[in-house]
Amino acid sequence: MSLNALNMRTDTDPMATANIAAKIRAVGVDVHYHDKQALFQVDLTIPANTVTALIGPSGCGKSTFLRCLNRMNDIIDGCRISGALTLDGRDLYAPDIDVVALRARVGMVFQKPNPFPKSIYENVAFGPHIHGLADDRAALDHIVETSLRRAGLFDEVSDRLHDTATSLSGGQQQRLCIARAIAVEPEVILMDEPCSALDPIATAKVEELIDELRQRYTIVIVTHSMQQAARVSQRTAFFHLGEVVEDGETAQIFTDPRDERTQAYITGRIG
Amino acid sequence: MTDSSKPDTGIGHDKFTSQRLRRRHRAERRFRLYGVMAVALSLCCLTALFSSVFSKAYTIFGQTEIALDIQFDQAVIDPSGKRQRKALIGADYGALIKAGLGASFPQVSGRRDKRALRQLVSSGAVYELQELVLQDPNLVDRHKRVWLAAADDVDMYRKGLIAGGAQGNGRISAKQAAWLDDLARRGQLERHFNWRFFTSGDSREPEQAGILGAAVGSLLTLLICLALAFPLGVMSAVYLEEFAPRNRWTDLIEVNINNLAAVPSIVFGLLGLSVLLGTLALPRSAPLVGGIVLALMTLPTVIIAARAALQAVPPSIREAALGVGASTQQVVWHHVLPLAMPGILTGTIIGMARALGETAPLLMIGMVAFIVDIPTGPTDPATVLPVQIFLWADAPERAFAERAAAAIIVLLAFLITMNLGAVLLRRRFEQRW
Ligand SMILES: Nc1ncnc2c1ncn2[C@@H]1O[C@H](COP(=O)(O)OP(=O)(O)OP(=O)(O)O)[C@@H](O)[C@H]1O
Ligand SMILES: [Mg+2]
Repeated sequence: MSLNALNMRTDTDPMATANIAAKIRAVGVDVHYHDKQALFQVDLTIPANTVTALIGPSGCGKSTFLRCLNRMNDIIDGCRISGALTLDGRDLYAPDIDVVALRARVGMVFQKPNPFPKSIYENVAFGPHIHGLADDRAALDHIVETSLRRAGLFDEVSDRLHDTATSLSGGQQQRLCIARAIAVEPEVILMDEPCSALDPIATAKVEELIDELRQRYTIVIVTHSMQQAARVSQRTAFFHLGEVVEDGETAQIFTDPRDERTQAYITGRIG
Repeated sequence: MTDSSKPDTGIGHDKFTSQRLRRRHRAERRFRLYGVMAVALSLCCLTALFSSVFSKAYTIFGQTEIALDIQFDQAVIDPSGKRQRKALIGADYGALIKAGLGASFPQVSGRRDKRALRQLVSSGAVYELQELVLQDPNLVDRHKRVWLAAADDVDMYRKGLIAGGAQGNGRISAKQAAWLDDLARRGQLERHFNWRFFTSGDSREPEQAGILGAAVGSLLTLLICLALAFPLGVMSAVYLEEFAPRNRWTDLIEVNINNLAAVPSIVFGLLGLSVLLGTLALPRSAPLVGGIVLALMTLPTVIIAARAALQAVPPSIREAALGVGASTQQVVWHHVLPLAMPGILTGTIIGMARALGETAPLLMIGMVAFIVDIPTGPTDPATVLPVQIFLWADAPERAFAERAAAAIIVLLAFLITMNLGAVLLRRRFEQRW
């Protein structure tokens, strides 16, 4: 599915990532919920094979922006989106775009772990199954195992793959959701505060995983933890009251922010 | 000022909180007690209902039978000797019974006494003999002791439900009572299990009347009702919840569905009468028509319950499925419907239970007719359990009251079976959590 997964980048030099081609580009994006405007003229470029962190105070529109990228906002009544959003140069909101195929290319991990109330196996197998990624049972087994391994969960659940997923701990559930997302081989993974329900150990595991996934995928992560943004991301965008105040290399944003609102936020004065 | 408004320190403060605490515990105990009382009250009502019905109905399980030595006389049954079915059906089995009675009571003479003697045996007993001969034509020209149903008055008298002889109201004369004692002494009068009640259709003779016709009618009607109302209701609910946009039209539909759920059932019967019987010319008294009418009546209940169940499925499940690229149909089919199924089943069973007990709309489409044959298909004339209960409760013969009570038990058994089925199905779906 994702061919660009083959030309792996091990380069973590922030200056280098800035120059590579844009995977996702947003230009002048406005989002309204009924009469209320949630995003104002958002311009943001997300390069391939990088981790981009979206930070900002609560209610500033991070989730809203994230959900625009795989058209999850389509299912919300009264949500209107204008402006240009492209994935690999193709308009995401063009009438001929198939939303189902798009979501297979742009996977999502939600803020609250939301496994299906089915077995662990079925959770991971559902995506590959509906997209016909496996020809037979053995191939499906293989996909499930590799996905769980890459999410760092396989060893913990290998002996109970057919137990119900809701019996897992919160952190295990979140890693299961990550396994479920990568099982369909997306090109982009959107993560909305994936660690907000996790303890430090599980968080560390997920962060490790994100760093690994960057080799093959483009990752956009919303986080409230400055430390986490600094640890896992190469680029950071700071949202405030529905606008992107500043975006750039993570190191630059955290050490030398250009805007004083960014400065205030990362030093904990607004939030 | 500020000092005095501070909470008391030490003992005073403790006392204050412990008082509040005690009050709270008391309130909690009271609240629980109300719940227990409510449950106990409803259990009492239920017990009263069941015991009243059962006390009237339990006698149905026994049926007084009279054993007669029947000579299956070839000259009477089949003079031609060809054993043709037509001849066997048309034979005069009454003569055989009279002969059998005569053999048991050779001393009885005179037309009136002979008639009184004949009245001990059910007038439907001729069909029992006919059935025997049809099953085994070799019986002809042989001799066999046969247990035949006693007349309903005899049955009631032997069960002690009506008085006989001098104290009686003339239904069992003193002579008849003496003959019955005679028969009992000779071992020719016994109470046997009442298989007739469970294997035959309605009859003018209480002792020959059975519940099977109405039970099969109810079953066929309910199957048709379920086959129509369940898929239609679930599909409507899925469309309205998962696909339809929220606008004035869907609001209008919602209001109308809620209104339909409150329409008196007889209106649906009128609709069936004018449209199904009138315009579409479907057969009268048929479970097919009854099922369609009841399905119309049940549909709003199913839709409302299914919509509520679909709404109760957490949106995070839908998002999760959409997030891996499932289409809306796949989301509904793989995730939402299985999770909503317990709720949908509960609503459906409530609707079906109401349909099972419904009488009024079925009266309108002719399911109240007197039907002896057991229906074999959805277009055969049939009646249903509640209508049968209504008919029997209305009949003048005392013995029919006993059958009405027994039919109520059959109806309740139906209901319990349905609910049990629903509980088991629900279990299956709930295990997936
Ligand atoms: N479904 C919705 N309907 C109406 N308004 C919404 C909806 N979802 C979000 N909003 C509004 O849009 C604005 C941005 O919300 P969003 O969820 O994007 O914030 P966020 O940055 O993700 O906040 P948090 O960090 O708390 O998750 C908020 O003011 C919110 O009230
Ligand atoms: Mg959010």
